[in-house]
Amino acid sequence: MKVLIVGISGALARQVALQLREEGHTVMGLDRRPWWDAPKDIAVHEVDIRKRAAEDVFRRERPDCVVHMATVNALSSSGEERARINMGGTRAVFEHSVAHGVKHVVFCGRHTYYGATADSVLYHTEEEPPSGIGNFPELADLVAADLYAANMLWREPKLTTTVLRLVYTLGPSKTGTLSSFLRGKRVPMVLGFDPLFQFLEEADAARAIALAVEKKPRGLFNVCGPSPVPLGTIATETGRTVVPVPEPVLVRLLGRFGFPRLPRGALEHIKFPIVVDGTAFKTATGFTHSTDEVEALKRYRRISPV
Amino acid sequence: MARDEAVRDLVDRLELPFNSLGIDPYGISKKHLSVFFGVLGFFYRNYFRVKAVGLENVPKRGRAMLVGNHSGGYAIDGAMVITSMLLEMNPPRLAQGMAEKFINQLPIGSVWSSRCGQLTGLPEHAERLLLDDRLLMVFPEGARGTAKLWKERYSLVDFGTGFVRLALKTKSPIVPLGFVGGGDAVPTVANSSTLGKLMGVPYVPITPYGIAAPLPARLVVHYGKPLVFEGTGDEEDSVIIGYVDQVKAAIAQLIEDARNDRSHS
Repeated sequence: MKVLIVGISGALARQVALQLREEGHTVMGLDRRPWWDAPKDIAVHEVDIRKRAAEDVFRRERPDCVVHMATVNALSSSGEERARINMGGTRAVFEHSVAHGVKHVVFCGRHTYYGATADSVLYHTEEEPPSGIGNFPELADLVAADLYAANMLWREPKLTTTVLRLVYTLGPSKTGTLSSFLRGKRVPMVLGFDPLFQFLEEADAARAIALAVEKKPRGLFNVCGPSPVPLGTIATETGRTVVPVPEPVLVRLLGRFGFPRLPRGALEHIKFPIVVDGTAFKTATGFTHSTDEVEALKRYRRISPV
Repeated sequence: MARDEAVRDLVDRLELPFNSLGIDPYGISKKHLSVFFGVLGFFYRNYFRVKAVGLENVPKRGRAMLVGNHSGGYAIDGAMVITSMLLEMNPPRLAQGMAEKFINQLPIGSVWSSRCGQLTGLPEHAERLLLDDRLLMVFPEGARGTAKLWKERYSLVDFGTGFVRLALKTKSPIVPLGFVGGGDAVPTVANSSTLGKLMGVPYVPITPYGIAAPLPARLVVHYGKPLVFEGTGDEEDSVIIGYVDQVKAAIAQLIEDARNDRSHS
């Protein structure tokens, strides 16, 4: 099968590409960033998905499946630019796919779709609406991209659409929201709060996406693996020191003294859990994780010492 | 009487799927449970000298709902019921209550309630816990129940109906319980919502001696025979209310039994 990965130069997307290639698929990619050491048989087109040249790749290559991994999650990026990429990029992926005979699109979204609030439920199921936009409006573009992708299920019934909501990943690339949080020796937390965090080892996350390509499940799916772990335990098990800071103080420290510049709503994500139920995806694809939470933390401690 | 077995050993014997870090899929932590029950165990054994009767009515394993009356100005009743399940059941069980939503917003309260399995009171949580064969503790009187004054301590206020629908839907037995003594431990003469607002809680009970610190009153809890209702949970309100009334009557009888027991002991 011919698979086009949009956003192929991202750390997780590269692993998905290699996984699909190993399974015998013809893999190619689109990204405005280069992938310098990409294997020779993986063609990487250095082009922005929103530009005209990107459509030509769809027109010329006519992939069977498109995996959309070009959403920007980093909250440090400018909100306007993020929204343009996330919304414009997602729209382009689907429009080009419909126009050029793609049979299956896999949209890789985030479990943060559900939002973190004091009264949010543990183990969100796919039927639930997003609830965190109220306290974290900066998430709106990611939520909107997810909903736009989900729209395709009824707007384009001939196209098989798979919307994945993946939990955080942890692994050798040391990139992503959770890894960024664990970058330093000391991990700031909101005093008196220690939410459950759910994560997948990168290799497991890549396998899950590759399975979605292979099994073509239609619909919305949460993708998770092992049991969630409190953030404080994640920090200590990976060799970090937790620094509990009262919330009013932490708010004032953001963007100063080496603390990341984050919107106020981001603090909700280190106060309250976002935990999803991945049963539907497991049933549809047979996915099981190979690395449990304890082993994943041990490995991360080895590969990312402080 | 509660066994003298160390709380840590009892926590170790809980039949929950803890990982090697001592954390279960709901974030319940053995470390936190040991501290939590260490403190509650003292109150259970030495301060309130709780007497629990009818423990054989609580299933040793599998899903079940403990459904009881509120007794006392705050959650002493729930805390002692949970403690009785750990200290007196064999094998020990963790009863999981539905915490008031404001608790999860409070620093410290948020961590301790979730690490000890007392999840925010949401219907989704209750259903999931039962489907996972856990022991759920429910007080259908809600916050109106803890707000009862001393003179109303043996009465029951209106029950919600959601718990019966949930029991039917998940095919869970309801174990009624009658709890007495909480009204003497916290003899509420009034509830101050103004103080409550200042402290971030719905209200603060006021006692004749001012603060709402509990007195060492003897507490007694009676567990009754499980009630099993047939249905899907989608029945009309009139049917559900009939089942609720049966549970309420069973609890009222257990309160009477516990009152007699307490006055004789």
